[in-house]
Amino acid sequence: MKVTLFIPCFIDLFYPQVGMAMVRILEKLGHTVVCPEGPACCGQPAFNTGYWEESREVAIKVLESLEGAEVVVIASGSCGAMMKVFYPELFAGTRYEAMARELAPRCYEFSAFLVNKLGVTDLGAHFPHKVTFHDGCHGLRELNNKRPPRELLAKVRGVEMVEMGAAETCCGFGGTFSAKFPMISTAMGEVKCASALDTSAEYIVSCDSSCLMHLQGLIDRQRKPIKTIHLAEILVQQ
Amino acid sequence: MTTPAVQFKQDARRLSADLRHREIIQTAMGKYEVVRDQRKAAFQDWQGARQMAAETKWEAINHLDRHLEEFVRNVEARGTKVHWAATDQQAREVILGILRAKNARVIVKSKAMTSEEIHLNEAMERAGYEVVESDLGEFIVQLREEPPYHIVFPAMHLTREEIRDTFQRKLGDAPSNNPEELTMVARRVLREKYLQADVGITGANFAIAETGMLSVTENEGNARLTAALPRTMITLVGIEKVLPRLEDLALFLPMLATMGTGQAISCYNTLYGGPRQPGETDGPEEYHVVLLDNRRTALLADAEQRDALHCIRCGACLNVCPIYRNIGGHSYGTTYCGPIGAVITPNLRGLNEWKHLSYASSLCGACSETCPVEISLHHHLLQNRRNASRRKPSWWQRIAFKVFAPAATRPGLWSLVTRMGRLGQRAHGLVKGSRLDPAYAWTKTRDLPPIARQTFREWWRARP
Repeated sequence: MKVTLFIPCFIDLFYPQVGMAMVRILEKLGHTVVCPEGPACCGQPAFNTGYWEESREVAIKVLESLEGAEVVVIASGSCGAMMKVFYPELFAGTRYEAMARELAPRCYEFSAFLVNKLGVTDLGAHFPHKVTFHDGCHGLRELNNKRPPRELLAKVRGVEMVEMGAAETCCGFGGTFSAKFPMISTAMGEVKCASALDTSAEYIVSCDSSCLMHLQGLIDRQRKPIKTIHLAEILVQQ
Repeated sequence: MTTPAVQFKQDARRLSADLRHREIIQTAMGKYEVVRDQRKAAFQDWQGARQMAAETKWEAINHLDRHLEEFVRNVEARGTKVHWAATDQQAREVILGILRAKNARVIVKSKAMTSEEIHLNEAMERAGYEVVESDLGEFIVQLREEPPYHIVFPAMHLTREEIRDTFQRKLGDAPSNNPEELTMVARRVLREKYLQADVGITGANFAIAETGMLSVTENEGNARLTAALPRTMITLVGIEKVLPRLEDLALFLPMLATMGTGQAISCYNTLYGGPRQPGETDGPEEYHVVLLDNRRTALLADAEQRDALHCIRCGACLNVCPIYRNIGGHSYGTTYCGPIGAVITPNLRGLNEWKHLSYASSLCGACSETCPVEISLHHHLLQNRRNASRRKPSWWQRIAFKVFAPAATRPGLWSLVTRMGRLGQRAHGLVKGSRLDPAYAWTKTRDLPPIARQTFREWWRARP
């Protein structure tokens, strides 16, 4: 299958290893991967801030670059939700609406693509550590993506997965929210970290690097004894 | 003058860092979640029940005119006097008019958020009436001269020690910090007031069109005493509380109890349909119903957000909201706090002044997921943000997004941004975490990851 991989801005700049892991996993499964160079953002920051017109300027480029793609795999639950769920809302009543609606069913968040579309759960990965999983809100509630990452983790050799109490509680990132209301965002991150630390896991795993950027930033500043890692980085370890 | 937005930021900043406050609220909400889930599990099909409730409310709100007229016809047929109040001021005037006509002195009230909304207590007290809240939580916050902290649990932010101190200070009677003993103190005070009261004021959870009855849900029996003992009774209710049929309560009463307090059903559920009828031995001699609009019809006219009027004020969205759980109910500075407050307050009280509440959300969607009547709360927050930026755009944000659009969509420009970012990051080290730091909002409490030596796109291009 020809897979179009969408790498959002923060993975491109800060976490390229997450995108590289996805490419390696998809190629190992025998698929051809293409990455459109054009758009580096899905338009969510402007959309969430209320600047829908400015958001459309970005999103139109995304729509155009993904036209004709067989399947689109998005390296983030949040950007995935933007493209799959919010584009139809963003473009409602415009001439791009049909394009947005047509794109939605071809979009998959990475873990959902592996499990739901390809039917793959065992990638032969090996990761001998104790981990806990953070559900990114968009992946969880907009994309209904509770199961796939856990099924993938369950097949990883050596991993010990412990659910934390606040797995489904927002980490406090929330895009521009994290800068507009930094103290609320920080408090939310502290609640999340406290719940993760209660499990005595070594890693917080997630399908969203943006949540992890916020949590890792907090962990580093407060020197908490835990690390963050994207699911794809685990799945690629043999 | 401090604007609501500035005040909100100050209060939210203070409380989100208050670890004692965090502990109290997180613990209380954790307990709530356990009992709520037990009660939800007792429904055969919770999602089906939500859908049915949403459809019932949709019918009620989309034909609000018909249902309200039917309600009024039926409740008036039993001798109730109905008053239509378009604004908060009209509602206060109607109620003060009744108090004057009755030569009232002491007013006893049961819990009603609509009365908070129109600042009724202040108006009555200014006019010289003695006003007593009879719901225990409301009684406590009234003694402390605080607004309710939560739609359903007005005093949940207080420990029993704080309540004991309040009783000691205000009532001179606090035997211990034992909840039962403290409740007995309140009960003794309140029993006196029920007997003295000339007028009783209640809110209502539902107004049944078919039978012309007001449904009041409570756990302490205080609303029943408020309704039964004074000679005159007033019910203040928002027009959106209408339900078409009596049988709708079979769904809504257990649903409200489940999501509000984690109960199968609240202890007391009473229907009020009018004053004492011939041959009846109790009930008020006079019954007034005040139907409050106060810009609800403006929300009704907005097809996009009309379903915000479905709200049954169960408070479930507050309880699951990670923002509410960290900043608490008082930070909002509004009658309706939490997600529902952040949605409706900008619509009811002015978008420009209250839009900050719609921005103070990570849009996690826990509210929409839990809402028993399926209000799409976080989508409405997005719509409020869109409406706010359309009406009064912030020039610097607009410029930022205007510049961002080509940078994020043209590979050449994005490479340039990447290179400039690397340079900037080197200089960033000099000011990082200080007030001069342009990323201070982030770096004050969090580290920022470095831009990778080789970005994904650079790696991709370099691949053979």
